[in-house]
Amino acid sequence: MPESLPIVEMVGISIAFPGVKALDEVGLRLYPGEVHALMGENGAGKSTLIKALTGVYKIDEGEIRIAGEPRRLGGTADAQSAGISTVYQEVNLCANLTIGENVMLGHEVRGPAGINWRATNKAAAKTLAKLGLGHLNPKQSLAALPLALQQLVAISRSMVLQCKVLILDEPTSSLDANEVEQLFAVVRNLRDQGVAILFVSHFLDQVYAISDRLTVLRNGRFEGEYRTEELDRAQLIAKMIGRDLATLKSLDAKESRRVRGDEAPLYAAKGIGRKGAIDPVDVELHRGEVVGLAGLLGSGRTELARLIYGADRPDTGDVAVDGEKAEITTPAKALAKHIAFSSENRRDEGIVRDLSVRENLVLAVQARRGWARPLTRREQDAVVAKYMDALGVRPADPERPVRLLSGGNQQKVLLGRWLATEPDLLILDEPTRGIDVGAKAEIQEYVADLADEGLAVLFISSEIEEVVRQSDRIIVLKDHRKIAELEGGPGVSADSIVTVIAEDGLGDPNADAAVREEATT
Amino acid sequence: MSAHAHGPAEALKALVRRQYFWGIVAIALLLLVNLVKDPGYLAVSIGSSGNLVGNVIDILRAAAPVILIAVGMCLVVATGGIDLSVGSVMVVAGAVSMEFLSGAPDTPGSGLAALGLVVVVSAALGAVNGVLVSVVGLQPFISTLVIMLAGRGLAKVITGGQNTAATNETFRWIANGYVLGLPVVFLLALLLAVAMGLLVRRSALGLMLEAIGMDPKAARLAGVNRRALLFTVYILGGVLAGFAGVFATASVMTVDVSRTGYQLELDAILAVVIGGTSLAGGKFNITGAVVGAILIATLDKTVVFLGVSSSATPAFKAVVIVVLCLLQSERVRRAFRQRRAAAARTPEREALAA
Repeated sequence: MPESLPIVEMVGISIAFPGVKALDEVGLRLYPGEVHALMGENGAGKSTLIKALTGVYKIDEGEIRIAGEPRRLGGTADAQSAGISTVYQEVNLCANLTIGENVMLGHEVRGPAGINWRATNKAAAKTLAKLGLGHLNPKQSLAALPLALQQLVAISRSMVLQCKVLILDEPTSSLDANEVEQLFAVVRNLRDQGVAILFVSHFLDQVYAISDRLTVLRNGRFEGEYRTEELDRAQLIAKMIGRDLATLKSLDAKESRRVRGDEAPLYAAKGIGRKGAIDPVDVELHRGEVVGLAGLLGSGRTELARLIYGADRPDTGDVAVDGEKAEITTPAKALAKHIAFSSENRRDEGIVRDLSVRENLVLAVQARRGWARPLTRREQDAVVAKYMDALGVRPADPERPVRLLSGGNQQKVLLGRWLATEPDLLILDEPTRGIDVGAKAEIQEYVADLADEGLAVLFISSEIEEVVRQSDRIIVLKDHRKIAELEGGPGVSADSIVTVIAEDGLGDPNADAAVREEATT
Repeated sequence: MSAHAHGPAEALKALVRRQYFWGIVAIALLLLVNLVKDPGYLAVSIGSSGNLVGNVIDILRAAAPVILIAVGMCLVVATGGIDLSVGSVMVVAGAVSMEFLSGAPDTPGSGLAALGLVVVVSAALGAVNGVLVSVVGLQPFISTLVIMLAGRGLAKVITGGQNTAATNETFRWIANGYVLGLPVVFLLALLLAVAMGLLVRRSALGLMLEAIGMDPKAARLAGVNRRALLFTVYILGGVLAGFAGVFATASVMTVDVSRTGYQLELDAILAVVIGGTSLAGGKFNITGAVVGAILIATLDKTVVFLGVSSSATPAFKAVVIVVLCLLQSERVRRAFRQRRAAAARTPEREALAA
């Protein structure tokens, strides 16, 4: 393709945060008139790279060349003047302004008596029309538009800025199939006008539908740059998770599986779902069994776990716990039913940073008892001693604020908090993310022990091998749907799951969209 | 706190590290200023009826209502909220009690009945705040602003726009009486503050409130019932403000519908902040709020004593508080330390050059 010069060239970019190297000599090239997908698992460094390109982060090493000239981007304003615009997943427009005001904000047409609103709106209408959005009235309030159209308005706004490079960060994650098509039409239109588009998405199908080339990152390193048509899905996934197919195959699948009796399931949900989060699915979880949720990021893993815990309220479905119908609509209700959920977002939804280790450990137990029935100091000490010891929390100082602990130890404290509630069902969302190898192995081992002791465990990880290793049964999700349920065993490996994900919907690329359309009509 | 301290030296060190230490220093400084102006300022004498009399006693008496609303505010602030309505709840409480007592016989029974009525009414107002914040989900600022505006109106409706006066010995005793030589109001305020302190620290209420204030999402996932807790806290704040209203009106046995409790919510917020509780919510310190309240009372008395013209009073108060907040601010302290370190280094370098 490179018949022209790249508009953006990032060479040898390194960025270090305290303790981690977020980017290590990463490169990226964008050509005018192409859609370029930036791929990688969570934590691979995609957003860091984008933030380097938009001037949010300063680069430690490397060079950014725009239209062949080295540029130092000191902030988002610099990036904008260099012609780089970003549209984020969350639309960052002013919902209380009109469409026209949003499009033209900061670039209003001025006349002798201040802003000429008529001309401004006319200019807005012209910009919108260029993207095929001529039917929108610039005087209408933005808030009245559905999210998808707001996103398109955000893109129009970047057109006013004369952008040459447009970054779309997860633009489709909350859109339905029709809306995605609408967005893609606009994106193609822009591409044909010579704009370079950097597209970040976790939806593989969409990446294949829209992108010309792609760059893969893994663990902050550059993995490769490919033409989309030359890399099939299975290869792409292998590059993203960092095992080539041969290794994937040779990685041992779980050898032994816990034998599950025929007793009734501990937790059974029929058609549990929530619009925009996950399509209705059936889930059955048994005591003494680890069930894994596999799927790429954005496939609905976390969403399903949150529904089971009541962190989000399900729209549909019936739930039975121990055979009894249960209404689990809030975390407190789930805890009362002895269901515990450890969020993937350890920092914001897990630990309470400023509380001590002891307070963090007892928080959930105390919450279930209510504030009027405090745990005595002795009871607290018992909980603290038991779990700090069993999980090996270090340093073993219960009065230390939990924010001062390392990630792995914070995770252990969190795990201890949920175990202290004596759950029957423990949902672990990414319990090993971002922690060091030693702590990771300890936690994995502990989870296996828990299941041996008769707990039902729902295990979520973006590392498919880890799911395979831990789980007796694996539910595979893709694009907010359950696409398979596999019994663990020698026949199941990371490779076979990747194949299931890659092949789903491949026979008929439009089947998915057609089904959804049918559902809406 | 004291569990870690061994010996008086370390106890002192622990005290210096507390944020309200600067509040205590400020109180001492203000008293010192007054002492310079009048060497007999701190003198406490025994009055005719065996009670302690003196400027310090006056300060304690004046601090009583502020202590109560500051303690309530402290809990609300810990949840990440704010309660602007306390001043108005005070005036409603005063109006209700005076209106009731003006038509009731002067017996201890009716005094207690008036107190009961105050508790019910102020709890109801607190409950409205609680519902608006926890169920409706309005921002605390707006919810309590509504009650702040409505409350004063309500008080005027209750008294028919008059400044109602009444007589009741029990009430008078609460405001002006003495026990063990100390004013009853101060002892009651201290008692309530200690009771609240024990309530939040001996039960798990304090932990739950801090969890909500620090990280509402994590607290929710840990099963903390945010709604019920917020509701409880705003009711507590309301009831404490109700008592403060009784204290403020009973000393003159008149409710002044436009002056009673006027802008006291601001004093309460200041007291909380001076006491080392961040307005962002989370860790809170009731002792600090009490210290802050006493500081504000001291400040008010000092302003009068020094003869600062009444028009300049707010500015004077503002200056003292700004200085105090700067002293407490971690950033300013760090800047000071760096300057000191830099100053220490410069002569060294000069010595090296020489």
